[in-house]
Amino acid sequence: MTKHIDVRTAALSRREFLGSAAGLSLALTVAPDPLAFIDEGLAGTALADAPLVPNVWLTIATDGIITIVSPAAEMGQGTFTTLPAIIADELDADWAKVKPVFPPEWNEKKFGNPGYDNYAFQTSASFATRGYFKAMRVAGAQARRVLIDAVAAKWGVPAAELSTEPSVVVHKATNRRISYGEIATFAKAPAELPKIEDKDLKTPADFRYIGKDLPRVEVPLKVTGAAKYGMDAQVPGMVYAAVLQSPYPGGSPETVDETRARQVPGITDIVKLPEGVGVVGTSVEATQRAKNVLKVTWGDAPGARHDSERALEEFAAIGRDKSREGVPYESVGDAKAAMRSAVKIYRGEYRTRYLYHAQMEPMNATAAVSPDGKSVEIWTGTQGPTNLHNQVARLLGIDRTSITLHQHFLGGGYGRRSQQEVVVDAVRLAKAVGKPVKLIWTREDDVTGGKFRPMTAHHIEAGFDAAGKLVAWHHRVVAESVAAYTSIANGAPPPPVDRVVMKGSPIPQYPIPNKLAEHVIETRGARLAAFRGVGNAYNAFAAESFLDEIAKDRGLDPIAFRLVIAEGQPRMQTLLRAVAEMSDWTRPRDGRGLGVCTMVKDDTLAAGVAEVSVDRATGKVKVHNFWAAIDPGLAVQPRNVAAQTEGSIVYALGHVLREKITIRNGRVLESNYSDYEVTRMSDVPNIAVKVVSTDNPPTGAGEDGVPVVAGAVGNAIAALTGVRLRELPFAPERVRGALGA
Amino acid sequence: MVAFTVNGVRREVGVDANTPLLWVLREHLKLTGTKFGCGIASCGACTVHIDGQATRSCATPVSTVEGKSVTTIEGLSPDGSHPLQKAWIAEQVPQCGYCQSGQIMQAAELLAHNKSPSREEIVAHMDGNICRCGTYLKIISAIQRASREG
Repeated sequence: MTKHIDVRTAALSRREFLGSAAGLSLALTVAPDPLAFIDEGLAGTALADAPLVPNVWLTIATDGIITIVSPAAEMGQGTFTTLPAIIADELDADWAKVKPVFPPEWNEKKFGNPGYDNYAFQTSASFATRGYFKAMRVAGAQARRVLIDAVAAKWGVPAAELSTEPSVVVHKATNRRISYGEIATFAKAPAELPKIEDKDLKTPADFRYIGKDLPRVEVPLKVTGAAKYGMDAQVPGMVYAAVLQSPYPGGSPETVDETRARQVPGITDIVKLPEGVGVVGTSVEATQRAKNVLKVTWGDAPGARHDSERALEEFAAIGRDKSREGVPYESVGDAKAAMRSAVKIYRGEYRTRYLYHAQMEPMNATAAVSPDGKSVEIWTGTQGPTNLHNQVARLLGIDRTSITLHQHFLGGGYGRRSQQEVVVDAVRLAKAVGKPVKLIWTREDDVTGGKFRPMTAHHIEAGFDAAGKLVAWHHRVVAESVAAYTSIANGAPPPPVDRVVMKGSPIPQYPIPNKLAEHVIETRGARLAAFRGVGNAYNAFAAESFLDEIAKDRGLDPIAFRLVIAEGQPRMQTLLRAVAEMSDWTRPRDGRGLGVCTMVKDDTLAAGVAEVSVDRATGKVKVHNFWAAIDPGLAVQPRNVAAQTEGSIVYALGHVLREKITIRNGRVLESNYSDYEVTRMSDVPNIAVKVVSTDNPPTGAGEDGVPVVAGAVGNAIAALTGVRLRELPFAPERVRGALGA
Repeated sequence: MVAFTVNGVRREVGVDANTPLLWVLREHLKLTGTKFGCGIASCGACTVHIDGQATRSCATPVSTVEGKSVTTIEGLSPDGSHPLQKAWIAEQVPQCGYCQSGQIMQAAELLAHNKSPSREEIVAHMDGNICRCGTYLKIISAIQRASREG
């Protein structure tokens, strides 16, 4: 499950956390024993004897090594460095002595994300740094205070006379210095830990690591093959499994002809699963071969009749039909009344198709269930440890504390690894055969069993008053509900509002006085998931394409028009001016066009400009340059923010140029990278990213390049050719058709 | 029984002749640095060197490497000190990192034959290796750095 929460809720949670920090166990509980940390592949010094445990977040060994809990999944976004660096900064630790580890126990009360109202272990929606930032500062400052108090008592000096340098406590008056490691030889955390208030935290001028650039701690492991992903788990006595899945959700195996599969040497068990058939054997290659020769008929389900191209046509018609009211997402003023009194109304329609995460590591999990079925050990890389625990506990009817999760690095997440069905199947199979089972999906399994970014149809209206002011905005999104799908999959009731699909639709960067964004929810029986960039991606494509169409009709420059409607939003205006300058916006290009796009996602702002050319004979679009500016509030690791933005632009470029999932008769037609064509090196433009760090709380930066790509590229194509492309992807045949070549 | 050399060590494995080299390396020999990505030689995550030539191990039956020398990411250098590995760290290339063993092995083949590749030569050589995190520009910079700093 990906838990997307309202911005206001998050803000409240942070304030609550701050206001009641003294009473919360999260950062202020002393662990009863020195924590037995599990080293999941990070080379480093073992914990020395009797380490000092200032609070649950860290230990300080007598050799000076500081072990810091980093609770978020590390899937390339860099939080395994960023989060420990926040604690290390307030602790005034020597970064060279810091060793990050995943949590020693998956206890939300100790290590859960305060950004979520249930403190879930859930790494998604760019919520890790945002959610943990304050808690980790408090934890680091508190640990520093414990060290200072211990030295003050030892030396008989007032704590106020002590200061710190990296991993050293200093008494200037007597010129004495003592390292954190030496302090660990005698200090103990007091029964009642010191209370930390805002005034006890550093001022930004004193930051050593926050706002600076640290090399990412796990990068060296990733150039030698030493980094361990779920796929790399090796458990004594384990056997392998492959699963033939139902082609559509809800299809259960009715008849299973396993004759040929049984003939494959090494196959030991064939196990019916709720929506698949598991093949267990002594090698990966045997289970994959046997899976491919299984003959299974599947029970009927609504998804069996799904045809995505036909459904997209239906969605577009529903978008136009305003008798079909949607679920209001956010509204300002009275958009419908303002539209009625507008003197000029524009209408625009846009479409996007299903997309596949295409993370490089196919889904996999290894599980071992105890003989009595009362406990289970799991090796995988997951974005959602809390959800994993809940689902496995429910499946086995056991307590969550009987589950041991070994978290691994993730070979790409992008929302896909918030889903737990592979873990659950691995547990089922391990229980069935009584041995540890390593379940590996093939790439074909991963594509056809994918959980997709939803396809969408957008109908937008914009109304101008007699003075030429944009006064009304009405965005109708017709799509399935990702939140409903994931909630039901997780055994929860579907929420009425889908924050995954609708994110970005209220366009807060443009304070239009009357706005309505609504979600007309359709159900077609597709598998869905949160997807890097979430609703912002398609909603920005629709809204920003539409704004360019309006600007063109009114004879306005696209950036100048946006600067006007962004009046009162200086942070967005700053980004618009930045990308205008970076791209030399007003300079005419021979044979190339420029297009702009903006987005706001959970208070992080971004703007991008694309420079493109089009081969009119083939319809092939080439993006030559992409300039982006991002304001994530305080950029905790600016170089990493830039890398994430660059990477997310590259990720989205494939969505724009070629990627699509097609479902016909409930079957996914694409199967592998050969027909689901992601961005390759030869597609990549020059990319320049300006990180505009501002005096605002850090609001996340893991995916914010994604939403500005499609709109910028489409607008650039329109600027160059005069032809507007209103649906994704901009595949050559579609572009060629639109150009009339 | 198939016999071949892996990272300088002679190995014998008793597996079906059609078993992809990838699974022999990963699950039989426990060299998990070489990654499974697609199974059809379409993404490059499984790239190893066979007698010095970058090869997709997922689409290479183990019988075809009989008597040959296989180098995996674990054997590219004794201690992670290959110029490409150093450059990969200096440029902070990896994000999720899953494709990077294959990227480095593919790039190592290029530099072995062309000490100073142009940008176009780099792109042409690397285009079969997918990085879904989108680190391509950093990969190019790292190859150029390794070429420079050797």
